[in-house]
Amino acid sequence: MNLNDFLIPTQDICRRPGPFDRVVLTSRVRLARNLQELPFPGRANKQERQQLLQTVKPVIETMPVMKEGFSEEIAKLTDLDRQILVERHLISRELAKKTQGAAMVLSVDETFCVMINEEDHLRMQAILPGLQIKEAWKAIDKLDTMVETKLPIAFSSQFGYLTACPTNVGTGIRVSAMLHLPGLVIAEHMQQTITAVNKLGLAVRGLYGEGTEALGNVFQISNQMTLGESELEIIERLNKVVLQVIENEENARAKLLETKPEMLFNQIGRAYGILTNSHIISSKEAKNLLSLLRLGLDLGYFPDVDPAVVDELFIVTEPAHIQYEAKNKDGEALKKTPEERDIRRASLLRESLEKMPGPVMDASGSPKD
Amino acid sequence: MLCNICNQNEATVHLTQMLEGEIKKMDMCESCAQKQGVDDPSGISLVDLLVGLGPSSTESQPKTKATPLTGMSNCPKCGYTQADLKKTGRLGCAECYATFDDGLEHMLRSMHKGVRHKGKTPKGFRNTRELEAKTKKLEKELEKAIKDERYEDAAIIRDSIKALAHAISEFETETATS
Repeated sequence: MNLNDFLIPTQDICRRPGPFDRVVLTSRVRLARNLQELPFPGRANKQERQQLLQTVKPVIETMPVMKEGFSEEIAKLTDLDRQILVERHLISRELAKKTQGAAMVLSVDETFCVMINEEDHLRMQAILPGLQIKEAWKAIDKLDTMVETKLPIAFSSQFGYLTACPTNVGTGIRVSAMLHLPGLVIAEHMQQTITAVNKLGLAVRGLYGEGTEALGNVFQISNQMTLGESELEIIERLNKVVLQVIENEENARAKLLETKPEMLFNQIGRAYGILTNSHIISSKEAKNLLSLLRLGLDLGYFPDVDPAVVDELFIVTEPAHIQYEAKNKDGEALKKTPEERDIRRASLLRESLEKMPGPVMDASGSPKD
Repeated sequence: MLCNICNQNEATVHLTQMLEGEIKKMDMCESCAQKQGVDDPSGISLVDLLVGLGPSSTESQPKTKATPLTGMSNCPKCGYTQADLKKTGRLGCAECYATFDDGLEHMLRSMHKGVRHKGKTPKGFRNTRELEAKTKKLEKELEKAIKDERYEDAAIIRDSIKALAHAISEFETETATS
């Protein structure tokens, strides 16, 4: 099956409601698992990786949640498809780079995605909109328990689930929430927040995880430690911290409105101006401006505008999505240069926002009505 | 203070390094220190020593298996070496955890909240774990029975332990083949 026929349209993905979705974009729980008998993917030879794939893929495909899902070897996907999957946060950049024996199985609702032969034999994740860490854990735990009855999973009573990297051993769990924090960034409280969160043993990363920049004021908070604590302890702690960060973000927004309304209105108004009038725009600039537009929506400056329109633009202005749109709409299969994409991105933004009226505020900076 | 490496000679070389924000110490006798190249302070990494050579004196407990002294053996299963581990920061296979066991504990201590797994356990393991816990309890009872010279009780307990050991080994072959 063609990947793009399978994927949920971006406008629908962005309209899935979730708790605290003004601030929390998604919650994700990932489990790392390996089979007892075969070397980890980094150590395994071509044949062993194939053997692992042949053993594991049919098992995952037959899981009830994977019914009618999308299952494919990475080598059989085009570069563009792989990039689309990364931009949708369905597979990791690491998996997209791997070919020998690497595969993915995605559920039809895109809640579950299992990566095969990534850094570990199995990386199973559940993603849900908004703050639903506990729900995501319950979902992936259930899948994991079923997989365990079918495959001999590497486990030791001392070290727990054995993983290629010692930083994942034990529970093999990585719990993360993706947060939109423009208030804390504009109020210049982000550094403090990162320091405080780090002190609690949690990591703060950019949009695409490890080693990436926080584009569009989007940050990921995730656990670092996986051994010596139960899954629930890790989840509880992360949940508590995320709730605190949400509160801080809301407070920062309220305080900015109260003390620097002109500055806020200026930033949001300029963002709107550039997004609706530019002819060349990079992915990075677009993200940062869309973040401000989304903040304006949250604060009520754009009455009658559906926030999903802006959320969707976050995804469809990504490089591979731009390329894909060019290919599908105008049949331009030729790979675009970054400069060509910047032009195309600007025109896409102008078209999409054409009917969106400008921000409505009175002189005091409060939203009208 | 005995040497952490050979556990025989008096330690005269004391090495302290900051590792990931924690102070790590190692005490060695002169001959072990020389073997490890400690006489060249610029070129020594405590990570290598900790990963390869087992626990520091504060935690050394009687071990059932001997800790290899120098040049940790390769993983019998995948052939991974300590150098591979150092280079990649990754292990080669599940068996590597047993192979590099002692050194790993130190590494894990600096990364995680604890060094014992506290979370989810696969169903099969849950059963063997319970049996193992029972065995431990019975072993204590056996010791006490012998001490109290209750030899009849001791014989009964011994039989129970044997039965449990049999059950565990059966269970393990069962899970391995299924």
